[in-house]
Amino acid sequence: MNFPMEPYLALLLIGFLPSEVWRWLGLLFGRGLDENSEIILWVRAVATALVAAVVARIVLFPPGALAAVPVEVRLAALGLGFLAFLVFRRSAFAGVIVGEAVLIGGAAALAP
Amino acid sequence: MTLAEIGPYLALILVGFLPNEVWRVLGLVAVRGLNEDSQIIVWVRAVATAILAGVLAQLVLTSTGALAEIPVFVRVGALVLGFVAFLLVRRSVFVGVLVGELAFLAGAWMYGPPS
Amino acid sequence: MSQTPIEPSPATTRAAFLNGLGAAWRSIFAYVLVGNYIGIGALSYEFGFSLPWMILSTLVIWAAPAQVILISTLTTATLLEVAIAVGLSSARFLPMVAALVPLLKAAHTRQFQLLLPSHLTAISVWVEGMRMLPQVPRAERVPFYNGLGLGLLSAAVIGSVIGYALAARLPPLLATTLLFFTPIAILMSSARNSTTLIDRLAFVLGLVIGPLLAAQKVKLDLMWTGLVAGTIAYAVHRLREKWR
Repeated sequence: MNFPMEPYLALLLIGFLPSEVWRWLGLLFGRGLDENSEIILWVRAVATALVAAVVARIVLFPPGALAAVPVEVRLAALGLGFLAFLVFRRSAFAGVIVGEAVLIGGAAALAP
Repeated sequence: MTLAEIGPYLALILVGFLPNEVWRVLGLVAVRGLNEDSQIIVWVRAVATAILAGVLAQLVLTSTGALAEIPVFVRVGALVLGFVAFLLVRRSVFVGVLVGELAFLAGAWMYGPPS
Repeated sequence: MSQTPIEPSPATTRAAFLNGLGAAWRSIFAYVLVGNYIGIGALSYEFGFSLPWMILSTLVIWAAPAQVILISTLTTATLLEVAIAVGLSSARFLPMVAALVPLLKAAHTRQFQLLLPSHLTAISVWVEGMRMLPQVPRAERVPFYNGLGLGLLSAAVIGSVIGYALAARLPPLLATTLLFFTPIAILMSSARNSTTLIDRLAFVLGLVIGPLLAAQKVKLDLMWTGLVAGTIAYAVHRLREKWR
């Protein structure tokens, strides 16, 4: 039997969300900033991982025109761009320039 | 539910604006920039609760997939029975969910498609 | 003697607002934002969103990571997943706004007057604001911050429109470079801003685990990636602290 998870997940969240979240938040703020910093640290880690996953998603499952570029070129552009960033004393500008150059160069060279 | 069903602008507000803005407003509450009882917070809670209620109603009344094979009166009935149980047993969420689920299972077994 | 907080004159408020606006456009962040939002504009076009929708998204969300998540997942994921992903990406705003308010509030500031500054708070606005507000007379800080925020917001909107228009008109090869700008720019700025182990680990794990889960067609893969990778990074961080 095919079981769609979303309705049940949503029901669970809806069952608890309106009341419990506000109680937990009240606890959090009542205790002051100490608890906050650990939780904030964890939330930041989760958020960072999430943004990284989105970057991977755009590079590996790209929309529109980017899909026409071979996946090796996309990955190489990302990787070499990052290397350039490291080499040029953590320069974000160098990383973007090199990454873009590799992308456009690779795409042009390997175009059918 | 997907983007196609509710339209891009409603989606923008519900899943773009709201989950994002809630943190900024909570920051104001946390530092007492906003009083917890302030009219703004009261309004935000009312809107959030209303949205959740709307989503709940949508889920129960216009289900897709496996849920749609269970008759509407079973779904609504289970919800109502669960709520009544919640009220009767010292407003216990656990009891409400349990009774609701049991009622749903019973109704699904009696009136649902043969599994 | 009763203390009625004295509100500054409308002329002072207006001047402070214009000061903030000028500070925004003189700031390096204005250029960074234009660059970033060119990428977001292009992304919106490629995913099939309309120009008015995209401009509105910048106005009401005003957070590049959240917007990138929204644009790249709204067409394929369920609303719940998008909401959770957007929500998780913006949790940073809570401590940012909390840190900002003591700096902003004057004796006469009323609660509702903090709503606009809080909405305008984004990384660049906040960084510049925290830097500049101490030099601004307290009575003028709220209008100054509003000017700063709206100035940077307008730079972003302009960038997004440029990106959208370019993506629509450029030949495919150049359009791909425009599209690629968003992932590479995020990678660079995260690399530059991640100085701690937990940040770097979370990012690398996200890059690795994300595609793994997506390839396995796991439901809510984005959310699970964030939770799993982030929690592992956090656990490693805690263990290291313990062994110190």
